[in-house]
Amino acid sequence: MDLDDQANVNRLAEETPKDEMIVLLGQPDANSAGLFAETVTRGDPTWAGPLAGVPLGLPVYHILEEEVKESMDPDLYQEHVGLMELSADVDEIVKWVKFYREGGGDG
Amino acid sequence: MPEAAILHTAYALAHAPDFVRHGSKPSRDLVSDPSLLPQIAQALRPWEEVVAYPPNQVFIGNLSPDDLAAIPRPWLDHPVPGASPKGPFGQIIGQAALYGLMMLCDDFELMTISEGLAEEARAAVVGFEDRRGKIVGVSDADLAALIEETDGLTLYHRGEVAGFIRTAHELDSSLEAHVLFENLACKATAVLAVSDLLGGAGIDPADVDYLLNTGEEAVGDRYQRGGGSLSKAVGEVVGCLTATGADIKAFCSAPVHALIMAGAMVKAGLHKYIVVLGGGSQAKMGMKFRAHLRNGVPIMEDCLASMAFVVGPDDGTGMRLRLDVTGKHPIGAGSSAQAVYQALVVEPLQRAGMKLTDVDRYAVEMHNPEITEPGDSGDVPKTNYRTLAAMAVLRGDIERSQMDEFVATRGMPGFSPTQGHIPAGVPYLGHAHAAMRRGELDRAMIVAKGSLFLGRMTQLVDGVSFLIENPASDEK
Amino acid sequence: MDLKGMQVVAIGEREGISGPSLKLLAESAGATVVFSVTQCFV
Repeated sequence: MDLDDQANVNRLAEETPKDEMIVLLGQPDANSAGLFAETVTRGDPTWAGPLAGVPLGLPVYHILEEEVKESMDPDLYQEHVGLMELSADVDEIVKWVKFYREGGGDG
Repeated sequence: MPEAAILHTAYALAHAPDFVRHGSKPSRDLVSDPSLLPQIAQALRPWEEVVAYPPNQVFIGNLSPDDLAAIPRPWLDHPVPGASPKGPFGQIIGQAALYGLMMLCDDFELMTISEGLAEEARAAVVGFEDRRGKIVGVSDADLAALIEETDGLTLYHRGEVAGFIRTAHELDSSLEAHVLFENLACKATAVLAVSDLLGGAGIDPADVDYLLNTGEEAVGDRYQRGGGSLSKAVGEVVGCLTATGADIKAFCSAPVHALIMAGAMVKAGLHKYIVVLGGGSQAKMGMKFRAHLRNGVPIMEDCLASMAFVVGPDDGTGMRLRLDVTGKHPIGAGSSAQAVYQALVVEPLQRAGMKLTDVDRYAVEMHNPEITEPGDSGDVPKTNYRTLAAMAVLRGDIERSQMDEFVATRGMPGFSPTQGHIPAGVPYLGHAHAAMRRGELDRAMIVAKGSLFLGRMTQLVDGVSFLIENPASDEK
Repeated sequence: MDLKGMQVVAIGEREGISGPSLKLLAESAGATVVFSVTQCFV
């Protein structure tokens, strides 16, 4: 994740109660989605930015997750995400974001 | 009024390992952590590896994109045996030649090089008889004194101090040494591509009417940071004595904007031969070096890429530019991928009574995935092709089960260096031309996008596209 | 999941779903987007 954006997320995490915020991701593949999910939960795994070694443990979701989709306007969702639902490896992306959200990666 | 065609293409790669440390990301990181320098040094590839690297062979035309698709990944592990630095529409040059080209492009004595480097550079640079006299050097002692006494950027060759570029104005950040270095590198690499283009095409530089530069550097001083006209600067060195030019600024989609504009100018009878050109992006050298070091792979952003195209009247030998099948992403269209592909692909094809399956090949963002994947930036061409295939499904042109086949037959692996405007669809043009001549391609669509939001002046994205077709298709 | 009233940090991507798209979608669910960005790596 861009280093400035890591700093922004860090700042927002300090300012906002965890149960009132979510990080919403839009990456098109599992590797990058996983990287971003890990960055905002366990810390920057590339040890490059402000979130290196800073485990924010934020609730992170991906736009392709069923429960996220259901909360949104269906026509708008189809317009903006419809193509990615067909083109992306949805299961793999969701699996990895969920993995880090649920505290995976320990040990 | 004549139809317009892209008549000739030329591409170049300048191997520049000692320029990596001056790339935007490496130079910033080296300030905070100088211990990175030896790590960078040991991860740089020698000349032979760069030449034999399959994507580079594709870039200059010795291999086709289909050849590349058949080579197993990692391509780093499959150097092409007997690879030549010269290809049918491109060449790879070494760092000494690059320094030489920069010296002969330097009209303000910004750059100084050592006598040793100058000698190597003179031997390496071919042509440019009227400017070769500028490739001279100074003694090591004089160079050391210059570096000691003057504000600027020290330049290296084979890891040793070999040159210097001075800041042109103490109080003007637009004329700082690193900016001038980037601009001079862009100019020099563009000069190489344009010179090769015209030489290979048998076109007298004096017959070029107009030049459109598409590189993303800002050329100017503090009162007009991005004033530009690197186009004319390049034309001057190459000898385009009857031309003028302008720079097209549209982030990555600039080359496609420029090719469409050039086509329109030809069709309107305004100009006959227009050269669309783009030099290398020095700022992007070593951009992903951290990820490459972390993954134990070489630093693959070690070449400055450049390209040039002749647009002129369709004489049956080139790739006809279908100016009636062009796409643009309008401001009011919305930012969704669907809106983008609707505007860039579906609508222009529809206007011509075509479906997505009537295009044999698409060229999207052609970034080499081997460069981007270690940093988890994904495989950009593949993501784009899959989105395009999804669009074809939504349009009912193919079934969902046919998506993989669509991507495999109408797409191709990425093979371009990650230099912004360079990968934006246009690396395929040389291959398209060759395929058309062999009778293997009827129609291809070049689709480019630009991330305008990076400049913080708009949240918008941009995109433009055009269809090219085989003039021989007329006879079918 | 109910996004209503939630504060959303939207990290979009140029080749995926952009920041502005994520913002529109989150707002359609009743959330407030406190930060949105479109990452571009190339």
